[in-house]
Amino acid sequence: MNKRIKNAIFESVRMILLLIAVSIIAFLLIINSPIDPLTSYVGPESTLSQEAREEIAEHWGLYDTPAERFFSWVGNILKGDWGDSITYKRPVKDVISERFGYSFGLMACTWVISGVLGFIVGIICGMREGGWFDRLMKSFCLMVKSAPTFWIGLLFLVIFAVELKLFPIGMAVPLGKPASEVTFFDRLYHMALPVITLSVISMSDIMLYTRQKLIEIINSDFILYARARGENEKQIVMRHVMRNIALPAITVQFASFSELFGGMALAENVFSYPGIGTATTAAAINADVPLLLGIAVCSAVFVFAGNLMANILYGVFDPRIKEGVVTYEHTHAHSH
Amino acid sequence: MTEKRTILSVEDLTVAFNMYRKGGFKKTDLEVIHQLSIDVKEGEIVAVVGSSGSGKSILAHSVLHILPKNAKVGGKITFDGKELDEKYCRELLGKDIAFIPQSVDYLDPLMHVDKQVIGVYGTKERQREVFNRYQLDERVDKLYPFQLSGGMARRVLISSAVMEHPKLIIADEPTPGLNVEMAMETLNHFRELADKGTAVLMITHDIDLAFEVADRIAVFYAGTVVEIAPTLDFIMGRGFLRHPYSMAFVDALPQKGFKPIDGKQPYAGDLPSGCLFADRCPLRDDACAGEIEMRDVRGGKVRCVHAT
Repeated sequence: MNKRIKNAIFESVRMILLLIAVSIIAFLLIINSPIDPLTSYVGPESTLSQEAREEIAEHWGLYDTPAERFFSWVGNILKGDWGDSITYKRPVKDVISERFGYSFGLMACTWVISGVLGFIVGIICGMREGGWFDRLMKSFCLMVKSAPTFWIGLLFLVIFAVELKLFPIGMAVPLGKPASEVTFFDRLYHMALPVITLSVISMSDIMLYTRQKLIEIINSDFILYARARGENEKQIVMRHVMRNIALPAITVQFASFSELFGGMALAENVFSYPGIGTATTAAAINADVPLLLGIAVCSAVFVFAGNLMANILYGVFDPRIKEGVVTYEHTHAHSH
Repeated sequence: MTEKRTILSVEDLTVAFNMYRKGGFKKTDLEVIHQLSIDVKEGEIVAVVGSSGSGKSILAHSVLHILPKNAKVGGKITFDGKELDEKYCRELLGKDIAFIPQSVDYLDPLMHVDKQVIGVYGTKERQREVFNRYQLDERVDKLYPFQLSGGMARRVLISSAVMEHPKLIIADEPTPGLNVEMAMETLNHFRELADKGTAVLMITHDIDLAFEVADRIAVFYAGTVVEIAPTLDFIMGRGFLRHPYSMAFVDALPQKGFKPIDGKQPYAGDLPSGCLFADRCPLRDDACAGEIEMRDVRGGKVRCVHAT
């Protein structure tokens, strides 16, 4: 128990350090970029006099040292003032929470579908290693992995939305429909194609991993022994293979949050989906400094949460980690 | 004394692996076991001894039909008088035929010990009964393999084997990593099982331990058995043995003066025709180049034309 508390403290410290690092780096990148926050705020064709500009800059603290500017920004963040988004003319906090809501649904569906599907297909492939299905799926995965996300998104859009007209071409809700009349089904329907695209893309990782892990396990000594004790294929899979694969597979799936996030950002742009990904692009194009920084910090928290969950899960489910360090070593000369 | 029933009989077993050889791009067959014959009767412990890397485990895996897919197996294996093909073997594994592996690595690292010992045929009651028999208390039930000590692990593996009262136990290197006391304890468990009628085939590189409990010893060399003889003959010394390799093997033991012989075991795939030991044999002559049959000599079996 003591060990677990220690671990929790350690992870929290890591989280804080990571957030500090991300904030500093994001901030440094922004202040060294050619973006002028004032110009992007008032617009390039503003008739504001030079004195007024300088006054605003002075008021905003743009002439302070980078360190001072950083600390005043962090201080405001901690007080709950994330600033206003230039692009959306609303507080950054509202924009992020609304956008994250959309993206979260997208990512949650993708995460579950790609995880379950990848796991099952990976097991089937591993059990029939070298068979036609295995070879087909392996080639498919490698192909998907080598193709850029946005390209696959466009491809799916052309095939399923434009040609086959199975899905809407974009957005999260039907165009021109009052918000009060938008049904749950409408949302689901608009989410389907981005989810399918993202699932297909993120599935390949977990599938290839499961497949590889299964082959490794199926050739291990304890499976040989299970066979020698009269277990049939089905019993071996249910009793040993699942147990030994599920944990690393879940871990990999949690650790894939960063790729999921990256893939989502691209897919959202392709499908004009109003999530955090499109907001990021819009913020970057409009030199929307407060929103960019806010998104950077939030996505760091999100990705870290995935890794943290992977770590915790391993500790909870793997007895070798839960109940102490692996200490035994068996180095027998196998005679085969 | 009535003649004991033969439980396991292996005749002319040949095992080859279809695989890539060094420097080659085509798969070829690599024969690792050649015309091996051995038998185990009820209530008897037969120890297969030989140096590491001579393919002893493959013998065990062939009998159990758990060789990898690229293995080609020839010869005839019978169990209790009936041919032991793959299908029949599947029915018997875990019931009439039990396997004791080398180490705790052969247990599922993520499954509690009791559930593994119960396996697919056993019951919780029987598992408790067997654990009590081997002094494994209830705390052991819910341990994971990595938490077992060497001696405990050994007893757990033996427990798994005796769950269903097998007629044949095949033990592959049951003693490495154990101190002499624990190794003796393990072997005494085997002796006890054999005395109750179980046939035990024990594969080991430790001839000293084989001396202690085995009824007969089979000497394994370069993928075949060159001599099978009563344990007493080995204890008495070289004069009572039949094959020159067995003699050399005994001579090389610490208590017999540690005398090594020149040369090394031929590697599978690079074998001489005729007698496999000919290169290193003091008795070698032209007759050794031909086919060498297993013969009965003085109550034992030997694969040597010069044995008397």
